[in-house]
Amino acid sequence: MKELSLNILDISKNSVKAGATLTEILLDETDSVLTLTIRDNGCGMKKEMVASVTDPFTTTRTTRSVGMGIPLLKLAAEMTGGSFEIKSKHESEYPDNHGTVVTAVFNKNHIDFTPLGDIPSSITTLIQGSPDTDFLFKHTLTSGQVGVDTRELRKTLGDVPLDTFEVILWIEEYLKEQYEALK
Amino acid sequence: MKSLAELQAIKEKMQQKVALRDGSGEMRVVVGMATCGIAAGARPVLSAFVEEVANEGLAGKVTVSQTGCIGICQYEPVVEVMEAGKEKVTYVKMTPEKAKRVVQEHLKGGKVVTEFTFANIAK
Repeated sequence: MKELSLNILDISKNSVKAGATLTEILLDETDSVLTLTIRDNGCGMKKEMVASVTDPFTTTRTTRSVGMGIPLLKLAAEMTGGSFEIKSKHESEYPDNHGTVVTAVFNKNHIDFTPLGDIPSSITTLIQGSPDTDFLFKHTLTSGQVGVDTRELRKTLGDVPLDTFEVILWIEEYLKEQYEALK
Repeated sequence: MKSLAELQAIKEKMQQKVALRDGSGEMRVVVGMATCGIAAGARPVLSAFVEEVANEGLAGKVTVSQTGCIGICQYEPVVEVMEAGKEKVTYVKMTPEKAKRVVQEHLKGGKVVTEFTFANIAK
């Protein structure tokens, strides 16, 4: 992937597919380290699945037996001398607090660090693709914070769907302006 | 700066439009957004469709949505256009520039952009 935000877009879709009603995407940045956390309340995975999920030959897709989403993100983190971890609680064992947490740590100053790229576009695309579930995005930088919570937007929008063209374009501008304000 | 008041205005505008939308001939644009599509550049293609459809005032007639892997990863970004009573059109190796042309010529003008179709490119 050319941008880290594309990896985020890609693997956050796994949360939606797991039936999550809320997916949290958290970016914490210092001068040297970027920590990405994706936390969902989806069905979770059993131990065997968690153990094999970083293997490209493990996938939930049905068109072919290769899944590159998680392996690509893991590689992107490890290439920078960072780390990757996935923890999950399956609904069969944890009926009340199931879900998955993916944590990837990147050394920003490493030559193989993939830039975050166009985050407003990636987050907006994620929301556009799954307008019936909620997303909380929060990016903490040394200069301040950027974020959007679709649960808050819904309070204003009422029954107008999140994937309405005007709403999608508004969300993208909303995020862009927050980043601009930090510059 | 974008404000929630602006979002409120969008809501009110949309609620008025919902009544008008009924009965329009629906067209669906579906963009492949699995790992393969995203890696090949599907995100800016999707954004281009969203922007152009909105700019051209086609929002009442066209929906833009996302799907998983269609199975022709080497031809990503892949875009399908579906319209009631017509055969599905599959566009391959799309770019934002090509997307703009599809909006103008196909979605707006009703004429398939043959040079971008799977049938034409996969020969």
